[in-house]
Amino acid sequence: MATALTPTPARTGGGRAKSALLTGALLLPASIWYLFLLVLPMGFVVAFSFGEKARNGGYTPAFTLDNYGQVMKGADPFLESLKLATAGTFLTLLVALPLAYFLATRAGSRKGLFVLLLVIPFWTSFLIRTYSWLIVLGRGNLGGFIGGLLGDPNFRLLGTPGAILLGLVYGYLPLMIFPLYVTLERMDRSLIEASKDLGAGRWATFRQITLPIALPGLVTGSILVFIPMMGEYVIPQILGYGRTFLIGNALVLDFLEARNWPLGSAKAVVLIATMLITISVYVWFVNRGRQARGVGVLGARPP
Amino acid sequence: MTTSLTPDAATASLAGSAGARAVARATTGVADETTPDVEIVDVTKRFGAVTAVDRMRLSISRGEFYSLLGPSGCGKTTTLRMIAGFEQPTEGEIFLDGKPIAGIPPYRRNVNTVFQHYALFPHMDVARNVGYGLRQRKVAKVEEARRVGEALALVRLAGYERRRTWEMSGGQQQRVALARALVNHPTVLLLDEPLGALDLKLRKEMQLELKALQREVGITFVYVTHDQEEALTMSDVIVVMRDGRIQQQGDPTELYECPTNRFVADFLGSSNFIAATVEGVDASSRTATVRSDRGLVLRGTVTDPAAAIAAGDAVTVATRPERLEVRPDDGAAPGAAPGWTELAGRIRQGTYLGDHSEYRVVTDLAGELIVRRQNTVGAGSALGGGPGDPVVVRWHETANLILVG
Ligand SMILES: Nc1ncnc2c1ncn2[C@@H]1O[C@H](COP(=O)(O)OP(=O)(O)OP(=O)(O)O)[C@@H](O)[C@H]1O
Ligand SMILES: [Mg+2]
Repeated sequence: MATALTPTPARTGGGRAKSALLTGALLLPASIWYLFLLVLPMGFVVAFSFGEKARNGGYTPAFTLDNYGQVMKGADPFLESLKLATAGTFLTLLVALPLAYFLATRAGSRKGLFVLLLVIPFWTSFLIRTYSWLIVLGRGNLGGFIGGLLGDPNFRLLGTPGAILLGLVYGYLPLMIFPLYVTLERMDRSLIEASKDLGAGRWATFRQITLPIALPGLVTGSILVFIPMMGEYVIPQILGYGRTFLIGNALVLDFLEARNWPLGSAKAVVLIATMLITISVYVWFVNRGRQARGVGVLGARPP
Repeated sequence: MTTSLTPDAATASLAGSAGARAVARATTGVADETTPDVEIVDVTKRFGAVTAVDRMRLSISRGEFYSLLGPSGCGKTTTLRMIAGFEQPTEGEIFLDGKPIAGIPPYRRNVNTVFQHYALFPHMDVARNVGYGLRQRKVAKVEEARRVGEALALVRLAGYERRRTWEMSGGQQQRVALARALVNHPTVLLLDEPLGALDLKLRKEMQLELKALQREVGITFVYVTHDQEEALTMSDVIVVMRDGRIQQQGDPTELYECPTNRFVADFLGSSNFIAATVEGVDASSRTATVRSDRGLVLRGTVTDPAAAIAAGDAVTVATRPERLEVRPDDGAAPGAAPGWTELAGRIRQGTYLGDHSEYRVVTDLAGELIVRRQNTVGAGSALGGGPGDPVVVRWHETANLILVG
């Protein structure tokens, strides 16, 4: 096909070689990055997960499924993480959707300003932002205030799942807002008018037009948020006082304290598998809905 | 011509609904057959400092094809959007079916719009797009499918139900948009330059088709365009607008033959303009004798019935290029027959345009005149020679339109 399009066959060979070289050069940094920071470590993790703990901790080569057996016996941290990540993703979506909708459709000329306001906090370190919630939610401030309202002197915000969720939503909000914002922003405004013109009110229009059109952004955002929330360790540790035992805690315990690398590796493998399965089910579910409505699957739609 | 376009059943159903509306009107007593479908009463719309529509007064009669015609920015779209409910008038009132509609949201107005870029829902196939309005009104599934089928047949897209809209050509998308609006049996259908995105050939085809369709379904169309030929082709009534104001309205012949002001004479077709002063007025025949600035005496018709003119008033004489005749100057002394004006001049430029040729002729008494000549015998119709050649231009006084201002 390429030859048919290229005017002079003599130049085709050289041109093709050149373009292959260029393609290679463009992909090289990413390939190295992937190889050394993703593929190789993943290979180690998988290999370790079948090994045995050395006497003084660490890893000895072996082939055993014992580690996986042990993981299956203690599935609680997985369930805890799954619950937290699901709830966190859902809450983030609830906060992000109206905000992104506002930004895309109603902010007008102040759009840039609002986007800036959203981004500015992220110029500060993640740890500092999370620690500042300690102060905001602490007994001297919001925690005490709500306790006062409830008339309960023992009321605490910090150390509860609520505080963790709040921290998660706060930390990952932009990852959800931006994909949503981009799809909503790109959407033709006259579609909304057409819908109203045809007799659909605001809510009906949102449900039947805006939401389905924003769906690809919504899926992207949810996945972007869900994955790191599954492995989240720092926020639950700081705002939840480490009281909820999550998969992150389990990994830290296995690798750094018990020094049982094979067990930790098996947990990591299961964690990755859990995420892949959850996301696949989610995308499958979305696509089934789309196909039922006579539109293509995600990613198959022309621009 | 029209019957071949449309399956009878579809027509009958849509026409039936118009009948039902008439009955409903008769029983409620709110309106009758003579009530205009849309009445725009002294409507002004301002966007900040911009006055988009200025004291507009327009009565749109039932079942007719109205065109809003005017240059870019004259307020055509704004007018449509006020009827549809997307904008609220700053002043004045709009009546739909005899009832004021201020404050009624778009989704409760029995008006549908065909948008300029169609605005088809990308995540729905053709059938779901067309059935959208019916679903909002909770029409049963079977009924929805039947009416969608009818509407698609009406726009000659039967069998396209399951197509994706983005896979269709511009003309087909246009028809889907039309079907999606018509299927709801609106009182009025609003169309905002719906053919703007199509190529010329398809445009012309769709113009005739749209007009035929409008006749068959009997729904009032309000059609926005800045293309004068399009307006002439389709409309029962053309409303010419400029800077938010209505300049003139009337049927195509009336507007073309009797423009009441210079803007209309220039915007609809083209005209030669000669500045002149009134010498005498014959009120009974509404004719006047005028003298041009260079001393040419002309007689012509005063087109604006409301114009009160008297000797000494400044006026403009407009003549259509196709009403002027041109021939090579054979040297004979210009001796015009009664009622005819004959002027000697020289060709400045001649342009061959296929079906006709256009000549710019410079005359002493009337300045530069544009003369159009049909090429009835092909290229042989063309005047011999080139720029600078002497010619004679002549026209009859019935071609003279006397415009005030
Ligand atoms: N939402 C708005 N905000 C501010 N000004 C507006 C708005 N809509 C229209 N205008 C102004 O009102 C005037 C009329 O606009 P309108 O869109 O009705 O023109 P139009 O006749 O449809 O022109 P076109 O042929 O270019 O579509 C223009 O000067 C336009 O800039
Ligand atoms: Mg417009």
